[in-house]
Amino acid sequence: MDPYKLKKDFPVLDDETLIYLDTAASSLKPKQVIKKLDEYYEKYSVNVHRGVYNLSYVATEMYEDSRNKVSAFINADFNEIIFTRGASSALNLVATSYGLNNLSSTDEIIVSELEHHSQVLPWQNVSNITKAKLVYVPLNKEGRITIENFKKVLNENTKVVALNYISNVMGYIAPIKEIIKLSHEVGAIVSVDAAQAAPHKRIDVKDLDCDFLSFSGHKMLGPTGIGVLYGKSKLLDEMPPIEFGGDMNDNVDLYEASWKEIPYKFETGTPGIAGAIGLGAAIDYIESIGLEEIAIHEKELKDYTIKKLEELKDITVYNKTAETGIITFNIDGVHPHDAVTFFDGDNICMRAGHHCAQLIIKWLEVVATLRVSFYLYNTVEDCDKFVESVKNARDFFKSVGF
Amino acid sequence: MNDLETLYRQVIMDHYKNPRNKGLLSSSGYKTIHIKNPTCGDDITIQSLVEDGIVKDVRHDGTGCSICCSSASVMSETLIGKTKEDAEKISEAYINMLTNKEYDENVDLEEAIVYQGVRKFPARVKCASIAWKAFQGTLESE
Ligand SMILES: Cc1ncc(COP(=O)(O)O)c(C=O)c1O
Repeated sequence: MDPYKLKKDFPVLDDETLIYLDTAASSLKPKQVIKKLDEYYEKYSVNVHRGVYNLSYVATEMYEDSRNKVSAFINADFNEIIFTRGASSALNLVATSYGLNNLSSTDEIIVSELEHHSQVLPWQNVSNITKAKLVYVPLNKEGRITIENFKKVLNENTKVVALNYISNVMGYIAPIKEIIKLSHEVGAIVSVDAAQAAPHKRIDVKDLDCDFLSFSGHKMLGPTGIGVLYGKSKLLDEMPPIEFGGDMNDNVDLYEASWKEIPYKFETGTPGIAGAIGLGAAIDYIESIGLEEIAIHEKELKDYTIKKLEELKDITVYNKTAETGIITFNIDGVHPHDAVTFFDGDNICMRAGHHCAQLIIKWLEVVATLRVSFYLYNTVEDCDKFVESVKNARDFFKSVGF
Repeated sequence: MNDLETLYRQVIMDHYKNPRNKGLLSSSGYKTIHIKNPTCGDDITIQSLVEDGIVKDVRHDGTGCSICCSSASVMSETLIGKTKEDAEKISEAYINMLTNKEYDENVDLEEAIVYQGVRKFPARVKCASIAWKAFQGTLESE
């Protein structure tokens, strides 16, 4: 894998001074994906599943071909792939459809403080409505979900386990396969938030045996507004739709209607057609490089950068042992929001704040953090410039009296 | 980097390190507004006390970046003692100045004028305006 060559595929990086270190929020998009979007809009920008004319047939084929690509990408069956607006919609679908209809006051839902709001809040809502108990896995001292701690909260009342595969703040990989196995032993189902995993790690839903798995297109080189919910067909078959309208129905009578088979009963209205087709192109792009290669590259950049940061005084890194390309840190005594303006001045894009994960920020006992995240288009030079900028930022803020 | 340096060297650091009128009061007559910016974590509470049409006191408390916290302190010094009308005018002019809208340049923003430097950092305009927005809120709740 040659990041210098790959960079050229990303038009935003035509500005050679720009250093993009915010992939965990959203990745840049390669021209192969942009071209595919153009192709849809220029050549067959019509609705799917509806027209009986040729152009609509072409659009439908392309849309469904992307579903095929997604299912192959995570080793699912075709009808187990539901297109959504993003990971958030997918995670909400599970909570609203499965959670609200299957849980009651004697049940327990396991989540963690390491979750993105999109994973924890839908279950908080389910818990408030059904009175099922929301239970948090205690994190270990590094802030990880461990099997040992998971076993402490898992019991016969556990009905749902809703956890992340890779944390968007700490970059840790959770022992999700073992968690799934243990959960199934007590009869619980597992909904995996794979928003940070799908772009960086090979996922095999059959091997994991997860019940649900969600991710977004825009974090893996694809367009915004498209995401994926994988669900085991036997669960999806039993679940009621949460949105009703065109395309998801079968027969419609005055007071009753019936639904299409999965996945269509969960896809009402005109879907994100261009987005789905673009996601297919993003998967082709990723597969042409190889997820394993990408993961190794990111980890190398992260380890390299951590080593350099460790040589600097007054920098606190919160996740040194992370297995993926995410670094969460602070410049001691400097509010991340002040710091990030300095980095912006060096044309470095990175994140400051809560990262939509207030619980882990509170767990860390800080007001907010800085975060950088690497992807296939980042280079060692990006890391060097970043570290240099950290040093200058620290010196600057000290010099003005922080 | 010069813009940033200018911005921080001036009033901001002084007020960040030594905030004036900080801490909330529970005395009667104070109107209180709490504003949070959940994306960055700025969390500011502003109180005002208006008596006989005069802003008698402005208090602030909260957590946030230096621009956010210092601007609350600067605001309190700028507005205490002003008539309610003048305080309204100054607040409006300040917010318009920050957001690059036309504003009445005859209105004396006093020390708060240094925050015009923030206009060079559009992503930070929110930080500099949150305390003032909260103050405006306290007047509206009169
Ligand atoms: C771990 C995790 N889960 C869920 C999400 C939500 O994804 P989206 O905003 O694309 O719906 C994100 C991204 O912000 C994330 O990092």
